[in-house]
Parts: sequence; structure tokens; C-alpha cells
Amino acid sequence: MTTETVTGPSHREAMLERIAALHEEQAKAVAGGGERYVARHRARGKLTARERIELLLDEDAPFLELGALVGWGTDFPVGGSVVTGLGVVEGVECMIVANDPTVKGGSTNPSSLRKSRRAAQIATENGLPTINLVESGGADLPTQKDIFIPGGASFRDITRSSAAGVPTVALVFGNATAGGAYVPGMSDYVVMVKDGAKVFLGGPPLVKMATGEESDDESLGGAEMHARTSGLADYLAVDEHDAIRLGRQIVRRLNWRKAGPAPRPDYAEPRRDPEALLDLIPTDLKQPFDPREVIAHLVDGSDFDEFKPLYGTSLVTGFAQLHGHPIGVLANAQGVLFSQEAQKAAQFIQLANQVDTPLLFLHNTTGYMVGAQYEQGGIIKHGAQMINAVSNSTVPHLSVVIGASYGAGHYGMSGRAYDPRFMFSWPNAKSAVMGPAQLAGVISIVARQAAESKGVPYDEEKDAQTRAFIEQMIEEQSLAFFTSGMGYDDGVIDPRDTRTILGICLSAITTRPVKGAEGFGVFRL
Amino acid sequence: MSTHTQIKSVLVANRGEIARRVFRTCRDLGVETVAVHSDADAGAPFVREADRAVRLPGSAPGETYLRGDLVIAAAKAAGADAIHPGYGFLSENAQFAQDVVDAGLTWIGPRPATIEAMGSKIRAKELMAAAGVPVLDVDPATATADDFPLLVKASAGGGGRGMRVVDDPRDLEAELARAGAEAASAFGDDTVFVEPYLATARHVEVQVMADEHGTCWVVGDRDCSIQRRHQKVVEEAPAPALSDVARSTLHDAARKAVGATGYVGAGTVEFLVDGDRVFFLEMNTRLQVEHPVTEAVTGLDLVALQLAVAAGRPLEGEPPAPSGHAVEVRLYAEDPADDWRPQTGTLRAFEVEGVAFANPDSHGLRVDSGVETGSEVGVHYDAMLAKVIAHGPDRASALRMLDGALRRARVHGVETNTALLRAILADEEFVAARLHTSLLDERLEAWTKPAEAPVLAALAAALAEAETSRASARVLGRVPAAYRNVLSQPRSRRYLVPGSDEPLEVTYESRGGRLASELATVVEASPTRVVLERDGVRTSYAVAVGETSVDVAGPDGALSLEVVPRFVDPSEVVAAGSLLAPMPAAVVSVAVEAGQRVERGQTVLVLEAMKMQHTVAAPADGVVTEVHVSAGLQVESGAVLAVVEEEDQS
Repeated sequence: MTTETVTGPSHREAMLERIAALHEEQAKAVAGGGERYVARHRARGKLTARERIELLLDEDAPFLELGALVGWGTDFPVGGSVVTGLGVVEGVECMIVANDPTVKGGSTNPSSLRKSRRAAQIATENGLPTINLVESGGADLPTQKDIFIPGGASFRDITRSSAAGVPTVALVFGNATAGGAYVPGMSDYVVMVKDGAKVFLGGPPLVKMATGEESDDESLGGAEMHARTSGLADYLAVDEHDAIRLGRQIVRRLNWRKAGPAPRPDYAEPRRDPEALLDLIPTDLKQPFDPREVIAHLVDGSDFDEFKPLYGTSLVTGFAQLHGHPIGVLANAQGVLFSQEAQKAAQFIQLANQVDTPLLFLHNTTGYMVGAQYEQGGIIKHGAQMINAVSNSTVPHLSVVIGASYGAGHYGMSGRAYDPRFMFSWPNAKSAVMGPAQLAGVISIVARQAAESKGVPYDEEKDAQTRAFIEQMIEEQSLAFFTSGMGYDDGVIDPRDTRTILGICLSAITTRPVKGAEGFGVFRL
Repeated sequence: MSTHTQIKSVLVANRGEIARRVFRTCRDLGVETVAVHSDADAGAPFVREADRAVRLPGSAPGETYLRGDLVIAAAKAAGADAIHPGYGFLSENAQFAQDVVDAGLTWIGPRPATIEAMGSKIRAKELMAAAGVPVLDVDPATATADDFPLLVKASAGGGGRGMRVVDDPRDLEAELARAGAEAASAFGDDTVFVEPYLATARHVEVQVMADEHGTCWVVGDRDCSIQRRHQKVVEEAPAPALSDVARSTLHDAARKAVGATGYVGAGTVEFLVDGDRVFFLEMNTRLQVEHPVTEAVTGLDLVALQLAVAAGRPLEGEPPAPSGHAVEVRLYAEDPADDWRPQTGTLRAFEVEGVAFANPDSHGLRVDSGVETGSEVGVHYDAMLAKVIAHGPDRASALRMLDGALRRARVHGVETNTALLRAILADEEFVAARLHTSLLDERLEAWTKPAEAPVLAALAAALAEAETSRASARVLGRVPAAYRNVLSQPRSRRYLVPGSDEPLEVTYESRGGRLASELATVVEASPTRVVLERDGVRTSYAVAVGETSVDVAGPDGALSLEVVPRFVDPSEVVAAGSLLAPMPAAVVSVAVEAGQRVERGQTVLVLEAMKMQHTVAAPADGVVTEVHVSAGLQVESGAVLAVVEEEDQS
């Protein structure tokens, strides 16, 4: 089987269009509650969530924002009223979580919860200290049914992190009331901004209702009160800048050491112009492209040692280095996973675990092959071997959907449910149980069969309508923005940024040791 | 054939650039060099360059460079057989010259009696008048209103000290008394005299060189009209736009002056020139600071001639006629916009191109400097860093060359007068050679006008800082600077530009893995070099990133930008109304007590630094809430002296 890669300016233009669309959607998250609310917020002398983050970060260090599109395609605003990301503070890679108070006062809706839960998961899996920049009105009450019960995990995770020896810091700029009060409550270090922070279980009206006591915000939950009387605040900041200064000061004194393997410092950049990547990738997923070219854009010195190149050629496997970190790569070459490919993957994943090497999965698969020949050849068994290996692999996985990610192929390539440490999609990506046209066609065939078995005439006109409707719906729901909006990945990224982003992720991953699996499930042979 | 002494080893009773200058000639002649140095100068280049060096304990000039006895003992100890006094310090001290001779050493300078005679300006004028040299004179007792303004001078004074201009006859008596008192304390001699003050006259001087065999060379003239507080800033040779009548009068008068005093050695006769009229001012019995411009146009080595004459050798032949034009500027560590306040600090960079202490081949640049990269500029001595001299075929080309040298000069760590010097060199009046001694005062405001905000230089600083921060990062050092996968806001950095209190903010961001800015296209950015392009023009900047400042050198010159910190610890914030020490200084007196009400302008305390008293006054009406110092205390620059809480305006 040969792989012919078609390149050209048309690819580039189409991809640039999608990137522009991506920027447009990201801008919605950046805009927060919109001009009016941002202006009102600033008029109170407050910084926006992103301004706080920018100040908190080491100057000119990178910031990898995660889940910027969470909420896309839902009833909630894009961005989930919270900003999360990996940032470097005083030389320490941290998970930064900042409420966006310009969106409904920073209150938590189901999207926000999903996003902040994912941030907590990343912090836990990678052992990253968390810095919470708190200003939230608490739960979005109309949607409390989706938030209240699962939301409790947020507070649990803060103290579990602390118990695991990973410090947590809360900088409280504004409201942190009711349940929200447990964010500072559970954190190891708490900074409160004078005249800004308001941390109480119940505000004056609730207290009045509950006990009849007359009270005010300051005596119930002001920063000065917490710093001088309750002791909930460890540091009293004179203003927001001061709070961030104190936050940096705290991190500086954590004496943080990364426990994972250090990258080689002297690596070479790829021998490829990142721009050329755009000429390479067709936005029409039916057109195949050679993943080796993509790999050459991603890995140090474009140096890729391919493993088993002559066997199972629909899947490319091999070892390389990325930003000085050793890495094993699995990349779909022709879409379909056959038995050989599945077995090759299972073997390669075990090899990477044997030598404690993280794995990078580049998805462009339409799934495992179907048909009598393949079923009889044991495709389920072989797919199961691959999924077994992926499931029980304990080296960190990175997943990037660079094309299609359909069916069980999505699982075998370490899709979201297989807990890759980080997962991103390119703007051209599609993830679904199968291709939209195929899915619509399957439904049509099943419906026709049902009609035939009942002996009723099949309405062809209605069938055409239904097929078109289903195809369009599935198409929409499989698009990168949508899956990202559901929180099924950590963000849609500009393909040109892939190497940088993976480098940031690998660096964060090596906060903890990288250790391969001691054993796998029983391989069905 | 006269006998002459062999000079084998010269001690320079001086410091800084002039010591290095004399050493250079000594080395050329194969003569050994001996330095004397104060403790503050122990690490100075002139000490290192000398074959031998003798420490003079202490740092104040009175303890060190003015101690003739120690200097002579040092010469004996180090085996020097001659002493060159340089300029300033002991150079015009007749007693010291006599002591040197009495100690059996060769004095490289005129006879002690000549120094003595010229040391008193009153006697010098009498001597000159008697020899037929025109002098300016007025008897204060008979002065009429038409004679005003008058200039009161100390007879023993020099370098502008003790001079004052009196405009109103009614003030004369009081000013005479004050000048006398000042002269007494400064020079130990309260004699003062008065002469008409010619505000628009030029200062022109004539270099002479005479041997002990009766040969006198008039080695050309120099214009030194650009002066601040009677101290020369720009000097040139030959004096431009001088009438033939004036020039021949000057040269004749100089020759007469030498004849009248039996002068031997290098000397300078200073005159005021007003059109064709020429008036004797004084005679300096030493090598002048500005001697390099004469060396440039004549090709002579005046120090070599000084040594030859001191050794008893005759001057042979005729002095060379001047060729081309030379201009010198004095590069000072000072802030012209802040009352010429001397600046102190460590020179992070000192790079000024030019041949060191010697004439360039044919035309070109010369630099005589006492400092180098890493030198400390302290409070003890004169704040002159270097003299930069350009020699061109004509005046215009010399000015251009000199401006280029200043523009390319990289002097960082202390504020300098570079911008002022460049403004002078570009000034219409100056370029047209319409020179007079008040020109600087008249145009000071224009010459010290703050330049346009150096946005591109600040951007270069920011980008170099960004790249530096990457290079030193503990993690992710090779990820593009300021990388963001979601664009929200540009990065910004803020700097204070010298002479401005308003921070200059520049913004940039990471775009496609590289730094970019709305302000200019970023062609290249590294920790030490940034190339920007705007409106199709590329500009390269050399950048040095420091802890608290960034030095940037570009085509518009070099400047140091002070980094505005991102965060300020509130406990370190200086209370509003705090009075800070403007420089390292000693507290002379404290005039207020805590709790006392003060009026705006009222003296709060008096500091002394660089032998100058500096009054710290209340910035506004208010109450003194804190006094942190007492008389006698030494304070660092920026120390809080006292706090005056302003009264509510409401």
C-alpha cells in the first residue's frame, strides 16, 4: 500500500480559514462577559481573569490555556466562565485556575464544572501545584442539579492534592461564598485582597433569615477579618497586584523540585518550517496524508526511528525525541486499522512501557476494519489486544486528533476515555462513532429492514430527509469545536503550534516520574 | 651645547586620564612611569598601567593628591627622577614645584617663580600690562554704572571657582565681601579683583612652549567659549572665525607674556576676544585639559616637548602650522538638566571609539579617558569621564566625526552629558562659529530638552529581556518567548527613560513562535541584539540586559532604560512626601524637628557632596512627620531623609 500525500496551497487556505474560525471562537472565551461587564469590572479597580494570570506568570514564560472552547455548542457561554491552563510561576509549572467574574459573576455552570474538574484531573495526574484565582458567585443556581452533587469533588481534590505533597494556593480577589468558601478553606495557602475578598458560608441576608442576626459583608467574610480574626487568610494583600505578588512569593518558597526525568537540553529543532504543515494537511478527511511528514514537523531534528515499517503499514510507529523528551509515536497512515496494525500497536505500546517512554498518538483513523474476512481473521481479538495495551499502559499518553477519529479506533488510539494526560484536536478533526454519511446510511438501512419485516412500504422521500438531517447533525457533533465544547479534549489547536504545545505538556508530565506498566491484562491471542 | 638632564622615570602627581596621557608619552620615550593613587583609585586604569605605583592613604584630595610631601616621598621611594603634575591638584602650586626642585628632582613645568607670579591674577595682569599686553581692568572704587556688568574674581582662583557676575552697582560691595570670604575659604587668600564682564566675548587661548634657551613657540590658538559655570565643555583648534587682526594680536601678546615672565615649558595664555579686541585674562602655567586639539592640528606631542624642555633640551626649528581642524568635547558623568549634578555609579559599559591618548594617523578620533568598563565613578573627584577629540580636514568634518563618535559611544551605568554635547555640536550658532561664553547658558534649555520617547529602543530592550528570560528559565526555556495558544493580550514591559518620570510602555507578543509587535517588525531578537524594521527601515540595537536596567545602543545613540518592576512590596513603598537624598552625601545640618510646620521651599536640611552644599527644601506647605537623619551622618543616594506631610488643599 502506498501513501500518496497531496500538498498544495488549497490545503493551506482551507486550514487557515479553520484557524481563523478557531481564533474567532477563542475570542468569545477571551471576551468573557462582554465589553459592558468587563468595563464594569475594571471600573471597580479589578483585573480580569486573564490579566491576573498574565501578572502571575513568569515574564515571557509560556501559558498553555486548556479547554478554551468548553461550552461551545451548549446553552452556556464559550469558556465556561473560568480560565484554566498550564503556566510557569517562579520557575514552577502550575495548574492555574481563574474564575472569570465578568461572566455571571464567575458563577459555576455545568460547563465550568466540567472544565475545572478536568483541570483538577490534570493537576492530580501530573502532580502540578494548583493556584486558584478566586472570584466566583458560586453555583449557577438554575443549573444546580448538574453542579451541586458532583461539584463537591472540587474541594475533595484540593485537599487530596495537599495530602499527596502537592501544594495548593488560593488568591481570593472577590466572592468565594457558600460552597465556594471551601476553595480557600481547603487550600494550603490563602491570600485575600483587602476590600475585595468576601469569604463566608452565608451572607448578611441568609444570616438574617437563619438567626435574625444583623451583620455585614466585612464582619462575616472580609479579608481583614480573615487575616486578623478567623485566620482563614494567611496573607492580607493591599490590592490585586499585591495578592499576585504574594502568590508568586509563596510559590518561590515551595522549594519545588520536579521528580520526573529531565529533558536533554541540547536538542535540535525540526528540519521543517512549521508553516509548511499547513500545505500538508487536507481538510477533507477522505484525502490521506503521510503522518511521517507530520512527525517530522513535531520531533527534534525531524529525527524519527520507525519501528516495524514493513508490517501493518496503516499505522506508523517509532521512537523520537520532542523538546528533549524521549517519545514513542503511533500515527495512523491510511485510516483503517487492520489486525496487523492492532498487533503492531500492542507490541509497540509494551515496548514503550518497558523503557518508561511517553507515547504520542496522532489520530487519523476511520476505525477497525469490518467485513467477513476481517471478522473471521479475528479483528475484534486484535483490536482488543491494542485496547488492552492502551488501557493498561502507565506511561503518559498524549493524543492529538489530526484528522478523523472514528469508532473503536478512537479508543485504540488512546481517546479521551483512555485518560491521555493531554488531548488536543486540530481544527480539521472529527470524532464520532463513525463517519456522518456512514452513520446516516446505517440508520437508513436498519429502518428499511424494519419496514420490510413489518411488510410496510418504505417512505423513500422521508428516508432521504432523515438521512440528510442525521448526517448534518452527526457532522456538526463530530467537529472539533463541538467535541472540545463538550470537554472531550483539552483544546483545539493551530497545527503549527503542535510541537510547542506537546513540549509544554511533556515538561509538565515530567513533574512526576515516568514509569511503564508492570503488567497488562491477559492478551487474547 | 648645553648639558641636559636624563629623565629616566616620571612620577605623575595626578590621576585619571591625564596620568594615563603622560604615561603614554613616557612609554613611547622608554621612560619609566610611576603613579601615585588614593585608596579610591586603587583599582583605576592609570594605576595598573604605571610601572610602579605608590599608595597615598585616604581618598579626599586633601589627604592624597594635594599632599606634596607624600608625592615627593613617593617619587623618592619609587626611584622617579622627575615629577609631572598634570593639571589641577598641585600643578600650579609654586611651593610644591620648589619642593620638587629642592628634593633634587626634575620639575616638569615652568620655574616656581613663574608659577608664583602667574598664580596671583592681579600680579599677572600688572606684569602683562607692563609688557604691553592688553588687559581688562576697572577699579571698583571708581566704577560707574556704564562699566557694569562686572565680574568679580578671586586672585588665587581658578577653574571658575569664586567668580561672580554683578549687574547692579548697588550689589558690588556686598558681592566683593562675599567673594572675598569664599576665596579665603577656598584658596586661603581673600584677594579679589574686578573686571568688566563681556558677556558676548569669546574665550580664546594661545598655547605656548618655551625652552630655557630663549626659544618660544606659539603653538596656535584654541577657542573654548562653550563653558558651563566657567568650565570648558567644548574646545577647538584653531579658533574658528577669528579675524587676522585678532589672531596676530593674540599671538603677539602670548609671545610678550612668555618674554615678560621668562617662561619655560608648556603654558597657555587665555584671552577674551571681542571682535578685533583682545584682553589678557590669565596665564595657566601647566598643560591644559584641552591640549589634544592643539596636538591634533600640529601633530606635536606636547608632553614629549614638556619632558624635553624640562630636561634642558632646546626647541628646534619652528612650530608646525595647524593643519585641518580639531574639536574636543568633555564627556562628563553629570545631569545637565539637573543643575549639572554629578552622577556616580559603576560603568557597565564604556566604549568610545578613537585612538587612546595619541593623535590618529592623519585625521580621525582620539579618546583620552580615565575610566573603562567596570570603573567606579565616585564622589571624590571630578566627574569627567573622557575627552573625545575629532580631527578633520575642516571644522564641519570634525564636527560630523565627533557627533558620530558620540552617537556610537556606549557609556552605561551613569548618566552623562552626551546628549547635551550632541545638541551643542548640532546647534546652528555653534556650527556657524558664532561663539561666545554665554552661549551655553542662553541655549541650555534647548540643548537639554528631553528627546522624543525612544520607543524602538525600549522595544529592543523588552525583546532582549524576553529572550534573556527564556535563556535563564528553569523550565521550558526553549519554548518560544511569551507563547500563548489563546491570544488575549499582548505582553508589556515598562521602562523609565533618563530625564522622564513617566514610564514608557512597550507591548509585544508571540506570533508563530516568534516575538512580534505592533510597534515594528521584529527581524531578529536575541538577548544581546535586536533588529527592528519600521517603514521599510531596519535598525539594529545592541542590548545588554541588567538586573534593574537595560542598556540599548542604536543608531540614535546609547541609553540606559530603568526597568519598572512589575510588583512593589507595599512595605517598601516610600511614604508620600518623603525627601530623598539625591546623591551620596553627608548631612551638614538638620533645620527642622518632627512635628514642625514648614512652608514650601523652607530648608529642611543641608547635605554636602562633592564639596558642594545642597539644600533639601520642603516640597509643599505641611508638617514634618519624620526626621530620619542627624548632622554628621553619611547617607546613601535615595535614602529617606525626612517626611513632610502635605497639608490638605481643601
